Amino acid sequence: MTTQMFGAPIRRKEDPRLVTGGGRYLDDLGHDALAAAFVRSPHAHARIVDIDASEATEVEGVVGIYVHEDLPGRVGEPLPLLIPHPTLTHGRTGYALAKDEVNHVGEPIVMVVATDRYVAEDACQRIRVTYDQLPVVVGIEAARSGELLVHDDVPDNVAAHMLQEVGDVEAAMAAAPHTLTLDLDIERSACMPMEGKGVYARWDRDRGELRMYSSTQTSTGVRAAVAAKLDLPLAKVECIAPDVGGGFGVKIVHPWPEEVLVPWAAILLGRPVKWAEDRREHFISAAHERGQLQQVTVGFDDDGHLLALDVKLWHDNGAYTPYGIIVPIITSTQLLGPYKPGTYRCEFWSLYTNTVLVTPYRGAGRPQGCFAMERTMDAIADELGLDRAEVRSRNFILPTEMPWDHGLLFQDGRPLKYDSGDFPASLAKLKDLVGWDDFADYRRQAESEGRKVGLGIGCYVEGTGVGPYEGGHIQIETSGRVNVSTGLTSQGQGHETVFAQIVAQELGVRMEDVFVTTGDTRKMAYAVGTFASRAAVMSGSAIALAARNVRAKALRIAADALEVSPEDLEIVEGTVRVKGAPATSMTLGTVSVLSNPLRYAFDEAAKAATQFAGTFDPDKPPVAEDEEPGLEGKDFYSPTQATFANGMHAAIVETDPVTAEIRILRYCVIHDCGTMINPMIVEGQVHGGVAQGVGGALYERMAYDESGQLLNASFMDFLMPYASEVPTIEADHLETPSPLNPLGIKGAGEAGCIPVSAVIASAIEDAEGFPITRMPISPYDLWELRRRHADGEIPSLHRTSRTTSTPSPSSKEPTA
Amino acid sequence: MTDTTPATETLHDVTVSVNGVRHSAAVPARRLLSDFLRHDLELTGTHVGCEHGVCGACTVLVDGQPMRSCLMFAVTAQDHAITTVEGLCSAPDARTAPTGESMNPVQQAFAECHGLQCGFCTPGFLTTVTAYLEENPSPTSEEAREAISGNLCRCTGYQNIVKSVLRAAEIKAERAEERA
Repeated sequence: MTTQMFGAPIRRKEDPRLVTGGGRYLDDLGHDALAAAFVRSPHAHARIVDIDASEATEVEGVVGIYVHEDLPGRVGEPLPLLIPHPTLTHGRTGYALAKDEVNHVGEPIVMVVATDRYVAEDACQRIRVTYDQLPVVVGIEAARSGELLVHDDVPDNVAAHMLQEVGDVEAAMAAAPHTLTLDLDIERSACMPMEGKGVYARWDRDRGELRMYSSTQTSTGVRAAVAAKLDLPLAKVECIAPDVGGGFGVKIVHPWPEEVLVPWAAILLGRPVKWAEDRREHFISAAHERGQLQQVTVGFDDDGHLLALDVKLWHDNGAYTPYGIIVPIITSTQLLGPYKPGTYRCEFWSLYTNTVLVTPYRGAGRPQGCFAMERTMDAIADELGLDRAEVRSRNFILPTEMPWDHGLLFQDGRPLKYDSGDFPASLAKLKDLVGWDDFADYRRQAESEGRKVGLGIGCYVEGTGVGPYEGGHIQIETSGRVNVSTGLTSQGQGHETVFAQIVAQELGVRMEDVFVTTGDTRKMAYAVGTFASRAAVMSGSAIALAARNVRAKALRIAADALEVSPEDLEIVEGTVRVKGAPATSMTLGTVSVLSNPLRYAFDEAAKAATQFAGTFDPDKPPVAEDEEPGLEGKDFYSPTQATFANGMHAAIVETDPVTAEIRILRYCVIHDCGTMINPMIVEGQVHGGVAQGVGGALYERMAYDESGQLLNASFMDFLMPYASEVPTIEADHLETPSPLNPLGIKGAGEAGCIPVSAVIASAIEDAEGFPITRMPISPYDLWELRRRHADGEIPSLHRTSRTTSTPSPSSKEPTA
Repeated sequence: MTDTTPATETLHDVTVSVNGVRHSAAVPARRLLSDFLRHDLELTGTHVGCEHGVCGACTVLVDGQPMRSCLMFAVTAQDHAITTVEGLCSAPDARTAPTGESMNPVQQAFAECHGLQCGFCTPGFLTTVTAYLEENPSPTSEEAREAISGNLCRCTGYQNIVKSVLRAAEIKAERAEERA
């Protein structure tokens, strides 16, 4: 029997190459290329009065200096608005090089191309840009007030205003026995992949063909966008995503200005050109996410059942909206998590500010939504004196109620309909893992030692694997080598391994014979991209379907050659054989030979495939009517809707009574992404997600001052967690298969980071006894909250019950 | 101001031993060691993640000691012995994997323990940990975590890197025993 590959913790095929220096990331390519560098705006909002590059042209090694006026035709037009939406009434995008006005620090104004990056940057520093500074809008409150405008023609700074409502919220709220209102605030963070963006382009003048490489999450998207911008036939443009050093969302946006300008310059100059983003550029001219103000009003009954949920969100979309309003749409829909809201209304305003643009970062609006919902659940529990897990459980959508249609439209424009999930089972596992029911004892013990500890919880549901489609192509060579290609890209998710596992399993071949290519438009021209935890679901399913096609074809050919029925055959370790009579067999390599009748015998295998070898039926064509030559197959997977993964996290934190330092003592995860292809890789995704969540909860923020300068635009000042800041993660899994796809899988990529801010806020609140409504939270923030709480500015929790049915002594109530 | 940057740069002869091979080149004084390795010698295994010495992706061994190659000039590496991630493959305790790559115990352990995802920061961890295990061949889990806490990784959450360090210590000991 072939070893079970699907579902096994197989070591990654990528790793021997990557640990030995064999990775080829963008800036590892093109040693002969010219280098591009950019003059970027030092002001958040200004009119460009003059650009003087006269001194820069003298720098030896400068090949070209370009401003907006130099850009011809569509290269000089605004960048595309990738995802339009009816409610995005005032979408705005920037230019590849700024035209007349800049709207955030970091916006590109001049491109210099030179013999190397040092020279290009020398030239940039000699270029004088004169600005007329304009008033700056920073922060959601300033944007919301509408006193100053980012774009003159966008009233009140509102890019989009969207409202979705299910049921009669007004009536349900009015009738609810209890209501609460929470004002919440979540700050900006960013993807911060270790490798920044980068583009490298070569123009083949003889053939009129462009080959470009981009550190992107969508090579098909970049190819199409660049071909359109440069007015080239699609057939004359190819785009390859080489090894990509992390993405987390920021590299799905396209085309970035540099993705248009670098190929344009390569064509203009007839020489290869490359640009590799440096860290400061990544901070100020890529993209951020998360920043929202939220107001939740909730109505509920005496048992904590939700009756009405009324949510308002003010979302900071930065200076432009090239990626539409995907993030606030996801917040407004995925906020509901595993719960039935009774009635629900969500209204959001997506607002312009003079800051770098906001596009999806791992979780893509869900961490904010989860924060809003889970803060609300804790508030209800506190108001009613109920156990926090119990309140959640009373509002769960039950497995018997699946599929559950929320009556809302999701980010893909399709119904928000949960396909499966077992929330009560997840919660039971989580309570068990973290020791929920024993926590009161643990707390008493800690308190007797003068320590402050708290337990937090957070639950989420994540729509993964959104369409429209992905494809898979499989071809088996006469050597038995299995080539697999899919168009979406890889940024560290182990696609070479998991897709090979699927093929090994479906086809009956050895892992070492399977070779996977991703993100290369030469190999697969039809693809969407890697985002929304969709790669395994979409490409995995497409590849499985393609493998089934190839398998059927191999069995047809082998059955014919072996003179048996296809049903009598099996494929084991790359050999097709008769069940029960394994000696009657042929390798898939031989089947491949037979699949492709040849005229020319270039080697021994080919000799067997020539039209003159063996016997044939002169009445039949060499390639049967319904067949194609070659042992290969292709298929596409296009689902009607997303598949919904879910998870529940709990953490125990300790807060220092004096310094207000916050330490995560335990972090527990229950994760359900349906059937797992490779549990080792899923767990790695969860670890990484939680680490980013911890960064977002405790350390990372984008410190803009009132003039729109990002004060912490370096790794010295932006506190990305090191190993010393990330807790050990205790993870367990539940596998509720998705009924929607052939493998039963759901996405796993983003999950880990979604509930972390909610969980940590919940735990700190539990430790401190007053509400936590703003994340991230630093020791200074907590210290300040304690002071305000002591001064009576912040109310205490009711705390009639904490985490168990055992009531805590009421004497614990702090006195203001 | 930068207006004083000379139009042409003076070049300096530099000879550096990289992975046991002597390389001589004429480079500008400001050429970073990281750029020299990556772009002049085309040893692209060393990666650059921040160019301000914080992330550790560019860590190489200078006479066996881990150093940030983005904080060194190529000319200051004169007469020093540099080991990059490519050079770890020819360590005396490296072994050839079934896939054909030669890996030292740390490289082997990272591949076994899923100690990397995108792999961009990995060379810096590998060089750092290789040097660390020379100092402390049998670290505890806490010591392993401390040892890697000068390098940034955005993918793994570090848990499997800690595991990899501990596994590397085991493999290193096994191979030392074989060689003895």
